[in-house]
Amino acid sequence: MNTPDGYIKITYREALKQALRVSLQKDERVFLMGEDVGRYGGAFAVSKGLLGEFGPDRIMDVPLSESGFTGAGIGAALGGLRPIVELMTVNFSLLAMDQVVNNAATLLHMSGGQLNVPVVIRMSTGLGRQLAAQHSHSWEPIYAHIPGLIVLSAGTHEDARGMLPAALQSPDPVVIFESNSMLNLEAEIPANSGMVDITTAHVKREGKDISIITYGAGVYKAMDAAQILADAGMNPEVIDLRVLRPLDENAVMTSVRKTHRVLLVEEAWGSVNISAELSARIMEQAFYELDAPVQRLGGMEVPIPYPKHLEDACVPQTADIVTRIKKMLQHD
Amino acid sequence: MIEFCMPSLGADMEAGTLCEWLVSPGSVVKRGDIIAVVETQKGLIDIEVFEEGTIHKLLIKENEKVPVGTLMALIIPAKETTPKTEKRLAEKIQTIRPTPAIQTTAGGMIAAGIKSSFKASPLAKRMASEKNIDLSTVKGSGEGGAITREDVEKALMEKEAGIPVVKPSAVENIRLAVAAAMTRSNREIPHYYLETRVDMSRPLAFLREANKQRTVKQRLLPVVLLIKAVAKALKEVPDLNGYWEYGLKLKSEINIGFVVSLRTGGVMIPAIHEADKKTTDELMDSLNDMIPRARAMKLRSSELADSTVTITSLGDENVETVFGVIYPPQVAIVGFGSITEQPWAENEKLDSRPVLRMTLAADHRATDGNTGSRFLMTVKRNLQKPETL
Repeated sequence: MNTPDGYIKITYREALKQALRVSLQKDERVFLMGEDVGRYGGAFAVSKGLLGEFGPDRIMDVPLSESGFTGAGIGAALGGLRPIVELMTVNFSLLAMDQVVNNAATLLHMSGGQLNVPVVIRMSTGLGRQLAAQHSHSWEPIYAHIPGLIVLSAGTHEDARGMLPAALQSPDPVVIFESNSMLNLEAEIPANSGMVDITTAHVKREGKDISIITYGAGVYKAMDAAQILADAGMNPEVIDLRVLRPLDENAVMTSVRKTHRVLLVEEAWGSVNISAELSARIMEQAFYELDAPVQRLGGMEVPIPYPKHLEDACVPQTADIVTRIKKMLQHD
Repeated sequence: MIEFCMPSLGADMEAGTLCEWLVSPGSVVKRGDIIAVVETQKGLIDIEVFEEGTIHKLLIKENEKVPVGTLMALIIPAKETTPKTEKRLAEKIQTIRPTPAIQTTAGGMIAAGIKSSFKASPLAKRMASEKNIDLSTVKGSGEGGAITREDVEKALMEKEAGIPVVKPSAVENIRLAVAAAMTRSNREIPHYYLETRVDMSRPLAFLREANKQRTVKQRLLPVVLLIKAVAKALKEVPDLNGYWEYGLKLKSEINIGFVVSLRTGGVMIPAIHEADKKTTDELMDSLNDMIPRARAMKLRSSELADSTVTITSLGDENVETVFGVIYPPQVAIVGFGSITEQPWAENEKLDSRPVLRMTLAADHRATDGNTGSRFLMTVKRNLQKPETL
C-alpha cells in the first residue's frame, strides 16, 4: 500500500521514540530517566538507540526504586530541569505513588504558588502482551482522580508523537499513558505532525446517531466499530478524550447535544472509572438532551488473566462496541 | 356575582369542550335550566345552572377546551342588579384561567389518570413540552417502548402536516373513560365482596298485583323495587353512601347511579336523584326517561356527576351473579343477577322459588364486612315487604 504524499507510515513505538528524540534535541534541560531506558533500550524498546545519540547524562538508567527515582525527577524539575521520568508500567507506578500524589501534585499548593513541578511522567498501560495480572492493569482512573496532575492518554500515533513535547512545556506535572498493546501497530500520520494540544478531546469521526467516547486503546477499536456500523447504515461519532484530567466537558456535551446518545468505552475496570465520572457529568449537564440512558463498556473486574483469549475477553473489543450500539440504536 | 365553572362530570373527567352556549348575556336563568352543551368523553352533555339570575358575561368561546373548574360565565344573582364585584372578579379570572390551553389531542383527558404508564427519554419529554405534543398519544419505538426524539419528531411532523391526530370516536371515548375509571378503581380500592340470595316470590307477586292496575306503559319492572330497597337500606346503613376522598365522606342525598350498558360497548351511569324519596312509579318514570337518553349519550350534567352509590343489574336471562367494580370515588356497588328458579329450603321443606343473587362490592378502606352484611340484610328485609317500598 502506498503512503499518500506528506504522510509517513510509522509504528506507535517509533512515534514515541521520535517524541523523545525531538524533545531531547529541542531543549537541553530535557533528560530521560527510568529503569533500563539506556543500555537495554527500554523495556519496550522505545528508547532504543537514544543512549548512543544523547549520552548517559540525558538517557539515565536508574536503580529499581520507583519511589526513589521519581522523587529525584521531581527534585530535578524543582531545580530547573525538564525530566522525563519513565515508569515502566502503571503497575509499578504504585511504588512511586507517594511521590506523585504527595509531592508532584501538591507542591504548588503547599508552597503558596512558589514551587511548580514541571515533571513529565510516562508510563505504559493496559494488557495485550500476555504479561498477566501484575503487568497488565489499566489504572488511568487512579491518576485522573488527583487534583494537581494533568493526565494524558495517547490513543493515536499523532498523540504518541505530539503529546510529550507539549507536556514538557507545561509548568505543572503531567502524566502520559502509553498503550502497551499498540506498540507494534502501524498507522499513517502526517510527516510533519508534531506538538499537539493537551487540553482538548478530539472528535475523531463526525456522526449524528450516537457518541462513542473513549481513550487510549479504545480509540482505534471505536473507529473500527464505527466503520462497521456505518456500513450497516448507522452514523456514530467517535470522541477521543485524550485528556483524562481535566476532562474536556465542552467537547463531550457538544457531542451529546448533537447525538443524544452515549456509549462510554474504556479498558479500565468498570467501577469508579473515567466513564463513571463522565456519565455523571453528562447527567448533570445534559440530562434533557439524552434520548436514551448513557451506557458503558468497561473492563471486566478481574485480575487480568494470562491466556490470550481470556485477556481479549477482559476488555471491550470492536465487536462488543458494535453489538452494544446496535442494541442501543435498533434494540436487537 | 355567581361564578359558573366547568363542572366535573365524574371522577375521571379532567376537561371538557364547550360546544354551544344556549344563553347569551342578558338571558335570565333559573335553577335547572340548561345553559350550555359540553362535550366530554361521555358524549354531549347538557349543563345545568343551579342558581337564579341574569347572564352577565360568557368567558369561554365555543369549541374551547378547558379544565374542570375553569370559570366559564358570570351570572348576576336575581337579587343583585349591578355587577359591582366585576372588577375584582375580572382579576380573579386572570389567575383562575390556566395559561397554556389544554392540548386538544385525543386522549389528553384521560392522560392524567394513566400518565405514568408511558416511558419517554428526557429529550423526548423536553421536546414534547416545547412543541406542545401530548406524549400519551405518541407510540414509543425506543428500548422497552420508550418514546424517543424520533417518535416526537414524527408526531410533530404529522401535527404540522395537518394530518389530524385521529380523534377517538364517541364509542372509543366511552371505552377509554371506562378503562380509566376501572383501572383506577382496581388499583386504588381494596374491594371486599359479599353475596346473599333473596327469595323474590313476594316482590314478584306484589308486582303482578300492582301491574294489574296499570297500563302497559306504566307497569313496574322488578328493578324498580330493587332500586328502592337499596335506597331505603342506605338510609339505615349510610356508610355505604358516600365518597372516599382522604377519608370517608358521607353524602346526605341518596343518588343511585344505575349502570346502563351501551349497545356499542361501554357503560353510562346516570344518577337517580334522591331515590329514597321517590315512589316506585316515579322511579320507573326516571328509568324510562334516562335509559334511552343514556344510550343516546344525551344526559344532563347533574345526572352524570351526582351519583353517590351504584347499582349494576344484569336483568333477565343473564348470569346469576355479578360482582361489581366500584366507580371511584364511591365506596360501594350493588350487583343484581337475573332472577332464576332455584331449589329453596325453608321450614325444613324443599321448594322451588324465584331467586335473586345480590352482591355487594365495597371499599374496605371505608367500611368492613359487618357494615356490608347489615346493608345486604336490610335490602333483603325491604324486599320482603314490597308494599312498603
